[in-house]
Amino acid sequence: MEKLNNEAILNLIQGAFPNDVLFHEEPYGLLTIEVPATKGHEMIQWLKNHEELSVNYLTNIAAVHYPEDAGREFAVVYQLHSWKNQFRLRLKCYLPKENVSIASLVDIFPGANWMERESYDFFGVEFIGHPDLRRILNEESMDYFPMRKEFALEDDTREDKDDRYFGRNNL
Amino acid sequence: MSDLKTKVAFAQSTETIDGNIATINFGPTHPSTHGIFQNVLKVDGEKIISSEQTVGYIHRAFEKLSERRPYNQITPITDRLNYCSSPINNMGWEMTVEKLIGAEIPKRVQYMRVIIMELARIADHLICNSVIGVDAGALTSFFYPFTEREKIYELYEEICGARLTTNIGRIGGFERDFTPAFHTKLQSFLKTFPKAFEEFDSMLARNRIFMDRTKGAGPISAERALAYSFSGPNLRATGVDYDVRAMHPYSSYEDFDFIIPVGVNGDTYDRFMVRQEEIRQSVRIIEQAYKNLPEGSYKADLPDFYLPEKADVYNNMEALIYHFKIVMGETEIPPGEVYHSVEGGNGELGFYLISDGGRTPYRLQFRRPCFIYYQAYPEMISGMSISDAVLTLSSMNVIAGELDA
Repeated sequence: MEKLNNEAILNLIQGAFPNDVLFHEEPYGLLTIEVPATKGHEMIQWLKNHEELSVNYLTNIAAVHYPEDAGREFAVVYQLHSWKNQFRLRLKCYLPKENVSIASLVDIFPGANWMERESYDFFGVEFIGHPDLRRILNEESMDYFPMRKEFALEDDTREDKDDRYFGRNNL
Repeated sequence: MSDLKTKVAFAQSTETIDGNIATINFGPTHPSTHGIFQNVLKVDGEKIISSEQTVGYIHRAFEKLSERRPYNQITPITDRLNYCSSPINNMGWEMTVEKLIGAEIPKRVQYMRVIIMELARIADHLICNSVIGVDAGALTSFFYPFTEREKIYELYEEICGARLTTNIGRIGGFERDFTPAFHTKLQSFLKTFPKAFEEFDSMLARNRIFMDRTKGAGPISAERALAYSFSGPNLRATGVDYDVRAMHPYSSYEDFDFIIPVGVNGDTYDRFMVRQEEIRQSVRIIEQAYKNLPEGSYKADLPDFYLPEKADVYNNMEALIYHFKIVMGETEIPPGEVYHSVEGGNGELGFYLISDGGRTPYRLQFRRPCFIYYQAYPEMISGMSISDAVLTLSSMNVIAGELDA
């Protein structure tokens, strides 16, 4: 069978979801597409069931915090893998800080359970429809989400570890 | 005889749950958990009805720490993920950074890495498989492979000076070439290991008691394993031949001839046997890589990332400048987003790195295989006895350091 290239994959996705691929790029050869948060679940379900694409494996889910980016403060990044065609695919959904919620993937991939709990634990992303959305690695009584950028790793009274030394001027 | 069989069958068919359900804590510090994690089991007699897991006892915030560390200082963090095979984690991370900066890596470095990563895989599988023996009641088989594992640790020592948390290699290669002592030790290891390994294998693989204990303990079907995003030997034991080394070859794995062993039933015995065969294949890969070890440099030409030799730093202006640039974080790092994965000791170990051009990663996420597959544990042990739960846990190769990050 011919190996699908990224362009063919993108065309297939855009054919089925004409208005939902907001942005696409190929950093280091890995097709990355941005989709509206409301469409993420539907698209992953479609990708999984699609006979030709057959995206059968959820590699991981990562949340990212971009405090500067108004209206798109949080990103949920799904990395998917099709073994039949040997391609990886990265799907990004951006969420505003007022409503950090997205549909859970547990009904499609049961393995998403702990990955989503981890994203909730560290970033406070609410996964709607998740059967058991509790903290996982941190203790239950914690009342903040530690991986958000507002929580500096160092004590901010310290002067010897200035952020400028880390190549950033205005965090 | 047939009378007894009928009686047993009758007793089994009439066995009922008496409604007396007990709750017991399996862990956090039970000796058979081999790490600190807790399972609250609901049991009816010996039979497990349900279990609830607690993880995170040794969470050390690696992802947060990484956001304040320069790239070369993240390598020691990766040691502490799956500490049974730290060199694989170290090199996975180095390769991720090399991918980000688009570095060309000499063939010799790639082969050297393959040798060390396969040694690490052998060490990892030896521990896991010998511990399955311990949990099945066979302590001797635990001590035999430790002699061999010791030799692997001596080989690490020859390269980087450390044994467990190795921090082996650098971004761009190695800090020095294989030493003459390494060559001698590796040659003697390749000569003696296969025999010693078969001795270990013969203690368990076809041992009637061991087979009776492990066959059918903690099985999972291929469909469920895929749904749970299993990877590594646990997935291959169910019959799925997914291996990152073959599907997305990195570090020249495509040059080597090796078999990916698969199981059938996905139970403890299959997981054990898959690992045993992988050890044999790893030896084959090491032999091939060592025999064909290309000539060339043990490091890539990456002055912006690769710390110069100490002797040069003291005597050479250019090396001194680069040393300061690297240590003080003046290195230019391209912004970008990269995912790189390697076949770790227990599955697909992935690094998802987002760089904003700063000295440290903007976000680094580790895809930790055992964090992902450990969530299937309650499903795998439900309906089993407590002793099967112990075996299932050790055969899944759940490493607390990797689980909790």
